[in-house]
Amino acid sequence: MNLVRNHILISIDSSTIMAGARAVERAFVDELLNRGLQDEVSVLETGSLGLINRGVVLVVYPEGVIYADVTTKDVPEIVEEHILKGRFVERLVVKEMPKQHVIKREKTGLLKEQPRIVLRNSGIINPESIDEYIATGGYEAASKIINEMKPEEVIEEVKRSGLTGRGGAAFSTGMKWDFARRAKGDVKYIICNADEGEPGTFKDRLILEGDPHKLLEGMLIAGYAVGAQYGYIYIRGEYVLSIERLEKAIKDAEALGLLGENIFGSGFSYHVSIKKGAGAYVCGEETALIESLEGKRGHPRSKPPYPVTEGLWGKPTVINNVETLANIPEIMRNGASWFRGYGTEKCPGTKVYTIIGHVATPGLIEAEMGTTLRDIIFEYGGGIKNGKKFKCALVGGAAGAFLGPDMLDVNMDFVSLREYSAVLGSGAILVMDEDTNIVEMLKNVLHFFRHESCGHCVPCRLGTAQLVKIIDRVADSKGKREDIDKLLRISEVMRDTSFCPLGQSLYLPISSTLKYFRDEMLSMI
Amino acid sequence: MNLEELKKIREKAQRDLQLRQKQARIRIVVGMGTSGIAAGAREVLKTFLEEIGRRGLTDVVVTQTGEKGLASREPIVEVYEENKPVIIYGNINSEKAKRIVVEHVVNGNPVTEFAIEAI
Repeated sequence: MNLVRNHILISIDSSTIMAGARAVERAFVDELLNRGLQDEVSVLETGSLGLINRGVVLVVYPEGVIYADVTTKDVPEIVEEHILKGRFVERLVVKEMPKQHVIKREKTGLLKEQPRIVLRNSGIINPESIDEYIATGGYEAASKIINEMKPEEVIEEVKRSGLTGRGGAAFSTGMKWDFARRAKGDVKYIICNADEGEPGTFKDRLILEGDPHKLLEGMLIAGYAVGAQYGYIYIRGEYVLSIERLEKAIKDAEALGLLGENIFGSGFSYHVSIKKGAGAYVCGEETALIESLEGKRGHPRSKPPYPVTEGLWGKPTVINNVETLANIPEIMRNGASWFRGYGTEKCPGTKVYTIIGHVATPGLIEAEMGTTLRDIIFEYGGGIKNGKKFKCALVGGAAGAFLGPDMLDVNMDFVSLREYSAVLGSGAILVMDEDTNIVEMLKNVLHFFRHESCGHCVPCRLGTAQLVKIIDRVADSKGKREDIDKLLRISEVMRDTSFCPLGQSLYLPISSTLKYFRDEMLSMI
Repeated sequence: MNLEELKKIREKAQRDLQLRQKQARIRIVVGMGTSGIAAGAREVLKTFLEEIGRRGLTDVVVTQTGEKGLASREPIVEVYEENKPVIIYGNINSEKAKRIVVEHVVNGNPVTEFAIEAI
């Protein structure tokens, strides 16, 4: 067996591909071949390393040195200097990284590093290799469960862990599974909601691109616990790379008998397939998603009945977000009490965020539930870019709330934020510095909602159109004083009368903008 | 597929991942500066890789470093072992490298006659 002394892991995700990662990968293979190093050094693909907007990113092991903004021209130098002579190419070495650990602020104020849960393998393993996933302990939990545990015991353990839905609604995952298990019917379904449509959110994409088997194992365990025979991954059609990697992962898992008929010889059979979405924001809403999966137009259904009793094709169905399901293998492998070692009493575990905007190191991070916004921006994100002052952060995507400086020390978890009528939502954190024009920002958000309103109900269809008219007027300095309150009133009515969360959630960005920046908006009049 | 088969795949693939986890029991570092390469460090490095690969040692990492400033004693090889002093070997060639693998890496006895010093 050949011993390899260096691994060059090139981050292949949607954004690095656009920066030319495939060409850099080929250049490395060629250069190593030229120098006869091909047997000693492996060039591999991995998921996101957590850096965003830094071009082609790669890491060289065993040193663990990360290079960014690499072009094909730099490849001979990296091979000559680093691989051959052991000297790092300093001008490309990344010194400021978004944190690669979950940090815990102890009572003394000191920071402690803990391993990640969801992103544990991301940027370390080759996502297209099932063997590497298995090497990290993958499919071990599923194997133990299917051989040794009753479905009820699995549900009990998930309940004990306190895991709640990471898509934004924060409903207890164990309870949801339990409802579906108890629901009458022989045919049941698991759906993974990978229709990540919230602007600024792409954590699910990076989870899928970096570690697709983790999701499959989570779905397998969910299927066994609920008593489902089929799992569907409803994924955005634009997520080309995630889809490719998932397709390969499903094929590889089937080849090893980890999916398909009679898994682990237990008699339990479970199939997973992928359904590509066509890009409607509203299809992220679970009942609209089900309609779309059934081949109909993506309009939300009335609830109840809830999907756990009457979901896909009228059968009991569990819909979980990607991140929720990706937590499951780790919880089942390490136990519920281990999981509770992260986060707060009411909200255990971690949350994956994409932190973008005016921060020094924008990127993909995993933080403990209850971490303050201040720590997320300044510890994980490296602080505000160019030494500017913090103005506000839009937390939870377009349907989220603007949080000002007074909210920096609030704990970021589902329960604490609810007290301030803010939401964690999908995990997008858009940080804005003092130079940001808040009216333009809100205009952006409102235009997005008008475009995505599905037209099913009147308050949302007409409300979003009116809101856009008003904000455009204000942005053009043609607004009237009463326009500001009109925005609030319309969104209030929409909150109370819209059919689904799309129209209901607009109140949040509007009311929070007015809370902090009423004067700034009035100055535009 | 059963748990046993899963474990087999796991053990086989783990060796690759070890390189990325910095958990090796022993780290062999070959000096690959200009003078090291001129003195034959490439051959020495290859020998280490072959020998360790052939023996299937999963807890050993072989890597390279730059000039040490001891040009007269190249190729230089350092062996790092947890909780033990670092051993620096000088004037290593393929034959000597094989002995280092057998005596030092496998049996835990540094080859004192090749050593420059222990720090």
